[in-house]
Amino acid sequence: MSILVNKNSRIVVQGITGRSGLFHTRQCRDYGTVVVAGVTPGKGGIHIEGIPVFNTVAEAARYTEANAAMIFVPPPAAADAIMEVIDAGLGLAVCITEGIPIRDMVPVKAVLQGSSTRLIGPNCPGIITPGECKVGIMPGHIHTPGKIGVVSRSGTLTYEAVKQLSDAGLGQSTCVGIGGDPIIGMNFIDVLNLFNQDSSTEGVFMIGEIGGGAEEAAAEWIKQNMTKPVAAFIAGVTAPPGKRMGHAGAIITAGKGKAADKIRILQECGVVVATSPTKMGEAMLEALKAI
Amino acid sequence: MNIHEYQAKEILNSYGIPIPRGRVALTSDQVERAAKMMGGRCVVKAQIYAGGRGKGGGVRLIHHPEEAQEYGKELFGKNLVTVQTGPQGLKVRRILVEEAVEIAREFYLSITLDRSSSRYILIASADGGVEIEEVARKNPERILTLSIDPFIGLRPYQARKIALELGLSGSICEDCVELILNLYRACLEKDCALIEINPLVVTKAGWLMAMDAKITFDDNAVYRHREYPDMMDYSQLDPLEINAAKYDLAYIKLAGSIGCLVNGAGLAMATLDVLHEYGGEPANFLDVGGGATREKVAEAFRIILQDCDVEGIFVNIFGGIMRCDVIAQGIIEAAGAVGCNLPIVVRMDGSQVEEGKKLLQESGLNVQIGSSLGDGAARIVDMLKREVC
Repeated sequence: MSILVNKNSRIVVQGITGRSGLFHTRQCRDYGTVVVAGVTPGKGGIHIEGIPVFNTVAEAARYTEANAAMIFVPPPAAADAIMEVIDAGLGLAVCITEGIPIRDMVPVKAVLQGSSTRLIGPNCPGIITPGECKVGIMPGHIHTPGKIGVVSRSGTLTYEAVKQLSDAGLGQSTCVGIGGDPIIGMNFIDVLNLFNQDSSTEGVFMIGEIGGGAEEAAAEWIKQNMTKPVAAFIAGVTAPPGKRMGHAGAIITAGKGKAADKIRILQECGVVVATSPTKMGEAMLEALKAI
Repeated sequence: MNIHEYQAKEILNSYGIPIPRGRVALTSDQVERAAKMMGGRCVVKAQIYAGGRGKGGGVRLIHHPEEAQEYGKELFGKNLVTVQTGPQGLKVRRILVEEAVEIAREFYLSITLDRSSSRYILIASADGGVEIEEVARKNPERILTLSIDPFIGLRPYQARKIALELGLSGSICEDCVELILNLYRACLEKDCALIEINPLVVTKAGWLMAMDAKITFDDNAVYRHREYPDMMDYSQLDPLEINAAKYDLAYIKLAGSIGCLVNGAGLAMATLDVLHEYGGEPANFLDVGGGATREKVAEAFRIILQDCDVEGIFVNIFGGIMRCDVIAQGIIEAAGAVGCNLPIVVRMDGSQVEEGKKLLQESGLNVQIGSSLGDGAARIVDMLKREVC
C-alpha cells in the first residue's frame, strides 16, 4: 500500500518531446514507472522511445487508459496543461514546472476545488512510491520501500531527508514533494490526511520552510486528527527577512512565516522537530519511539 | 521584482487613479528646479527599494526651492537606513519632488495574494498612512478584507461596500468604487504580487489621491512584460545579485565569510542553518537549481569568488541523478581560472561520486571532501579557524 501512485499507475507525460520531459520520462521508466503516453500539441501520431504521442490529454487517456499526468510544460503554457488534466478527468496531475505566474495559478486552484483531480506542485520534485512508481525528477536509488510517509515543500532537501531516513533503516511508503510556490495543489494537510488513512504508513516526516502559514495550519490539523507519529524539519531558521530564498514562496514578509514560529507551533502540537538538518533521521526515530 | 514609488504612481495614473503632480530628479539642481515648478512648497521623497522612508529621514516637507536643493544634496549618494533596509541602507540615486497636498483624511488600500485561499485579496483600512502591519497588531478590527473570486472578479457593489465602510459618501464614495475596480484591473494586467496605496487620501479640496504607492511584480510573470527589465534600478541591488540573476542563479548576499554553493532552495537554506549550528557565518545564499550543470556550477563559483568577504567555500550538491565528476570539473575549471587557494569543502552525492572526489583531490586546490552535510559544515568551519591561526 501507498498513497496516490503505485504499480498500477499509468502515466501520461505532457511535454514529453521537450529536453527535460524526455530525459525524465526515461528515468521514470527505468525506475519501473508505467509510462503509457505522451502529449505534445501538434506532434500527435508520432512515437518517442516507443511511447505514443497524442495532441491532447483526453485523447491519450481514451487510447491508453492513462490515470495520472506528469507535466513538463514550460511556464507560459503550464497552467493550461493542468486545466487540461482536470478537464480530461484524470485523478492526479504532477506538475514539475517552475515559474508559473500567480495570475495563471489563481484560476487553476479555483477549478481544482470543484474537480476530482488532485494536483501535486507546481515547482516540485514529484511523487515516488519506492520500488513501484516514480512520477518526478527525484533520484530513485536513494529511496527504500518502507513505512514512513514523507511530505515536503522542497526538492533536494527532501533527498537529503530521504537519504537520512534510509540510512537510519527507515524505508518510505510514499514521498510527496508538494512544491515551493505560493499557490500549490495538495497542501501538507491533504497529504497528511492520506498518510493517516494509509494502512502501510506508520509515521510521517514533514519538511517545511520559511514563508506562508502552511506548516502552522498542518500543526493544528495534526494535533486534532493525526493518529500516527510525525517528525519535521523547517529550513530557514537563519534566513534574513524580506528576501526570496530561491523558492517563490520562501519569503518572510512583515514578520510572518518565520521558521522559529513554525517550529514552536509544531512542537506545541506534538511534532518532533529536528534541531538540525543533519538530524532528520534521528528525529523520525525519536517520534516513532515515543509511541 | 520591486519598482520605485514614482514608477508605481505612473502605473496607477495610467489606470485613471489620481496622483500628485510631481517630477523625478537625478541631481540636486533638478530638485531645486522641480521645487520651483511646484511653487516652492513641495514634498521631497528619496526613491529607494524599501519602506519606512519617512521615519528614516528620506521624506521632507519643503518650503523654498533652495531648501529643496540643500536637502537634495544631503540625500543624493547617501545610504538611507530605514527599518526595512538593514543597517547598511540603500543608496539614494533618484528623488521624487511632488506638490504639497492638503490632506483631510487618510486610508489604506491594497491588493495582494492571500496564500491561504489562493486568491487575490483586497485589504482596506480607515487608518491610513501608518504601516498596515501595525494596524493589524493594534486594531485588527479596523482592517477590512475582501476575498476576490477569480471567475466573478471584483464587482462594483463589493467595492462600494468597502468604500462605505471606510466612511466615504456621495460622489467621493463613487470615485473610490471606480478607483478600487481600477486597482484590481492594474493588479491583474500588470501581474502584481502586491499593489498598495498608503495613504490613499481625500484632499481638503475633496479629491481622492494616491499619496504613496508600492508595487511588487510577480517575478514569474516578468517574461510577459517587456518593459519591466528596463524599469529596474540596478543601483538598489547588490552587484553580485545582479550578476547571478543573469545566469539564472538565486543569490543573496549575507554578512558572513563562508561562500555557499548549493543545489535546490530548501537544501541551500538548510546549509546556511547547519553552518550557523557549527559556528560558521555564511557569506551568501546561492541556489544553482535542482539539476545543477557544469556551466552553472562554474558560474556560481566565479560569483562567490568575486565577493571579497569570502574566506572559504562550502559546496553542497545533492544531485542523485547528476554526475559528480562533471560537477567537480566545473569547480576545478572556475577555481583554477582565478588561481583560487581558499579553503574549499565539497560535499557531493549522486552518480560517479568516486571519480568526482578523485578529480578534486588531484586538482591541487585547497580542498577537502565532506562525507555528509554535517561533516562538510564541520570541516569548512574548522579549515577557516586554522587559516586564522
